[in-house]
This record gives sequence, C-alpha cells and structure tokens, in this order.
Amino acid sequence: MEFRAEFAVRRGAFRLNVALETKGERVGILGESGAGKTLTLRTVAGLERPERGRIEIDGSALYDSVHGINLPARERRAGFVFQNYALFPHRTVEENIGFGLGDLPRAEQDARVGALKERMHLGGLSGRYPRELSGGQQQRVALARALAGEPRILLLDEPLSALDFHLRGLVEKELLDSLAEYRGVTLYVSHSLEEVYRLCDVILVLAGGRVLASGPKEEIFRRPPSLEAARLTGCKNFSRARPAGNGMVEALDWGVMLRVAQPSAQAKHVAIRANHVAFADEPGGENVYSCTLAESTETPFRRTLYLRLPSGNGDGFHLQAEVPKDRWEQMRSRPEPWKVRLDPERLFVMAE
Amino acid sequence: MDLSPMRLSLETSFAATAVVTVTGTLAAGWRIRRRGAALELLDGFFLLPLVLPPTVVGFLLLLLLGRTSPLGGLLYELGARLVFSWPATVIAAAVTTFPLMYMTARAALEQVEGPLVEAARTLGASEGRIFREILLPLAWPGLAAGMVLTFARALGDFGATLILAGDIPGRTQTLPLAIFFAVESGDTAEAVRWSLVTVGISLAALGALNLWTRHRKGLAMRVVQQD
Repeated sequence: MEFRAEFAVRRGAFRLNVALETKGERVGILGESGAGKTLTLRTVAGLERPERGRIEIDGSALYDSVHGINLPARERRAGFVFQNYALFPHRTVEENIGFGLGDLPRAEQDARVGALKERMHLGGLSGRYPRELSGGQQQRVALARALAGEPRILLLDEPLSALDFHLRGLVEKELLDSLAEYRGVTLYVSHSLEEVYRLCDVILVLAGGRVLASGPKEEIFRRPPSLEAARLTGCKNFSRARPAGNGMVEALDWGVMLRVAQPSAQAKHVAIRANHVAFADEPGGENVYSCTLAESTETPFRRTLYLRLPSGNGDGFHLQAEVPKDRWEQMRSRPEPWKVRLDPERLFVMAE
Repeated sequence: MDLSPMRLSLETSFAATAVVTVTGTLAAGWRIRRRGAALELLDGFFLLPLVLPPTVVGFLLLLLLGRTSPLGGLLYELGARLVFSWPATVIAAAVTTFPLMYMTARAALEQVEGPLVEAARTLGASEGRIFREILLPLAWPGLAAGMVLTFARALGDFGATLILAGDIPGRTQTLPLAIFFAVESGDTAEAVRWSLVTVGISLAALGALNLWTRHRKGLAMRVVQQD
C-alpha cells in the first residue's frame, strides 16, 4: 500500500498545506488544536475539498486538481473513526458495523460483521444500542464499522480523547492490536505526543497549517528539524547558540560552551529534552556545569526540577529536568550547587 | 344535522397535511445541503404564505389557477377544474401551511446533519440512502411535531379557502366557513356547535403534539448521552 498526498486547503482565513507519503507505515499526525490535523483527515476522506493538489493510493487518484478528479467520500473506501465516534444512535451495534456493507450478499455481510465482532470483543453486544455502551466499547464499534468495508485507508481522529483518562491506556493497547492486523494505510491524528509515539511509525508535525517535520518517529524525536518542531514534540530546554568550532557550540542563553555529537556550522539554537538532563557526582568532565535549584514541581511518579545556571542570563530558570521520585529523594539532601551534565549525544542543534 | 363541514374539514386537513409533509420535508432535505444567494431568495418565496394575509394567498392562487390564467386554462383543457371544488380547499390549506412544515423540517433535519451524515458518507452510503436511513428516522420527532402544527393550521384556514374554493355547502364549506356563515345568518346555536367541534379537534391535535414532545425529549436525551 502506497499513499501519497499533497494538497492545499483553504477554510476562511486558514490555509493548510500538507505533503505526506507512506508505504504502509502508520502515520501519526501531531499538532496543537487548530493546527489542521482534523482538516487533513477530512480532506483525505473527501469530506472537504482542497483548492489544489493530488491524493492517491497505489497510484490511483482520489483527488487530482490537474486532471479534475474528485472522488466523492462514498467512493473513496476510507474508513473514518470520528472523535466522538458518530455511531448511529438508532441502529444496534451489529447494524452499525454492517452499515457500509449493503451491497454485499447477506451471507458475506454476516460473515464480515461476525468476524469483526469476534476480533473487537463485541460478541455479547450485538443487539445493544450505542447509548448502552461504555466509551471503550463505542470506540471498538466505531473502529469495527470503519474496518468492515475493508478500507484502503484508515483515518483516526483522536480516537482516545473522548475516553476517561483511566480507560485510555487499556483502550490504547486494544487499538494497537487492531491496527497491527490492518493491512492498509493508517493516518492517526492526536495532540498527545506519547500516544502518537507509541502507536505510529512515522510522524508528521503540523502547526498553523504547515508541515514542520515529517519522518521516522525516532528521528523526529531525536533531532527535530526546527525549534517549533522540537517544542511540539515535547522538548523543554532551548538556548540561542553559535558555532564555536571543534564540535563545540556556545549556548548564549545558558552562558556555557557545549560539545555536541552532531555540530553544524549553521547552529542557531541548541536544545535538550528534560528527561535527558543528567546529574554528575563529580565536578569537571565534559558538558558538566554547576547549577542551583530554582523551583520544583511534583507529579505522581516524577519530579520536575527548574535549574539556574550561574552563567546564564535573565532572572528565571535555564533548564528543566525530569527525574524519577527515588532519584529525587537521593538528590534533595545534597548541598547545592549541583552538577548538571548535558550529554553531547542528547544535545541537538537547529539551524533556525 | 348535516355533518359535512366537519367531514370536509377533516378530509381537507388530512389531505393537506399529507401533501405538505412530503413536499415540505423533501424541499427541506434538498435545501439543507445547498448554500447561495439565489437559495435565500427561494426561501423567501417558500415562506411567503406565512407572512401574507390568507386572503392574499387565496387571491394569488385564484389568479394562478383560474380559467383565465395560462396554467389554469391548461388544467381546464385537461379536465381538471380546481377552482371552487374540494381539491381547491386542499390546495389553499396546503399552500398556507407549507412554510410551517418546511421550517420545522429544516430545523429537524439540520440538527441531524454533521458527523453522523459524514460517517454514513465515508461508509459508502448514497445521499438518498442517508436521507432515508439517517436523516428521516433521527429527525422524525421534529417532523411529527411539524405535521401536527400543519394539521392544526390547515383546520383553521378561512381566507384562502373562501377565495379559492368558495362556500359551497357539502363540497367546499369547511368548519371555519360554516361558522362564519352561521354567525352571519344569525344562527348562533349552529356557530357554537361547530366551534365546539373545532375546539375538540384542535385539542386532540395538541394532545398528539404533546405526546410527541415527550417522546422526543426521551430520544434527545439518549442521543445527548451518547455524545
């Protein structure tokens, strides 16, 4: 399965430009509210019409502005899982799943619906109405309904966001199993970077209607190509920077010289993720600088530390570090200043 | 006692309700998918009978369907004598009540539009199937309320019916006309009798509407809970 899309959509003042290609990897579309994630899915499904561009699966066009092709949504064979599932409230679970199979012989319909019920653990719920189902069950019905017609492309719009927090982990696991069995192209929209990271292979970062970054998820997370992409993938620590030669950069906001594993003559910013900020027991060594604790906040299993570098500019903190609770318990009794270590392999520089 | 005004009124109102339910719902279903300035104008035309005095509606219909007009002349040639006949009472009632059904149906159908319809589209359903299997069943409580309102309004038409269908006892004299001419000829007892019958039928229609509203509330709650 090969999917290729490149299109421009205009909705009032908002403009969306997307270019995306996949050979069957699951694509996660990441971005904040209003970035154009849902609009991207709707355009691929044929629910919105782009201004220009081309959308194709295995070489056959769903939309092509040059050749005047625009397949209506009902002919695109795109399975869409809506954010609130959009199950038909007057139809039973079984009727919802089989809704798109009207053209098939009765026996074939029954076989497909039966197989999906089995696979999605919906066996005992056939005659129930959507209102009688839990959030997780509704989500499975929505997915089964989208898969029933054997779509060439599966579009999921924040499929976990309508669920209670405590349910998400479990439903996400089930979703991952179902997606693993699906052989078409999957586009998965979410604003949760962890969810996207766990469920997808390739990530497309959208902001303000533009693609900021796209590529294998490890790449995007290890070396985001821009400041905005770094921020959207959860990076917390940035400093303006300038190249200092010999694999070093000068971090201007932090007031320190840093060795980086992948230096660049165009370095404008240097950054490191909060969970990659480490602490050294001994002074000296590469990229080790003293720091003081400005503030810290607590989450159930981790502690977020806001650190000041004496050499840094401004009044606030310079680095944000995340440490597990037990590590924090060891650290808190030690006298300040502490030694912070910024691993050259974990630091990344950006040319903007 | 001649019961023909009551029989005629019921026949006329049921027939007009049937005609308007179908045409109003189809027009609303056609309209909700489209946008444009020309359509706003068309809306104005659809709603005109609601804001015009019924006598004007009746008179315009008379001009349109009378023997001297091109349409009326053609119909006359084909043997359809609409004016001053029972079908004229149905036409008068249907035209005056059309806006009511059209507006109610539009509101009811528009409420269903959105993700449910889009989901059906991505599942390969044609627009016709979406209308039959998604829009109609889910908008049904609203449509039923529109039907009851249409029926009640059709029952009460006086001006348009009088001008287009005339006052022919046993053929076009509906309850409102019977009451008016009873009062005019000083037969108060007759007028009171027909008035009570009208009140009875109207109350029955309202009761039906009430039952629907209650049913609808239950349904709406179930849909909301699902969201």
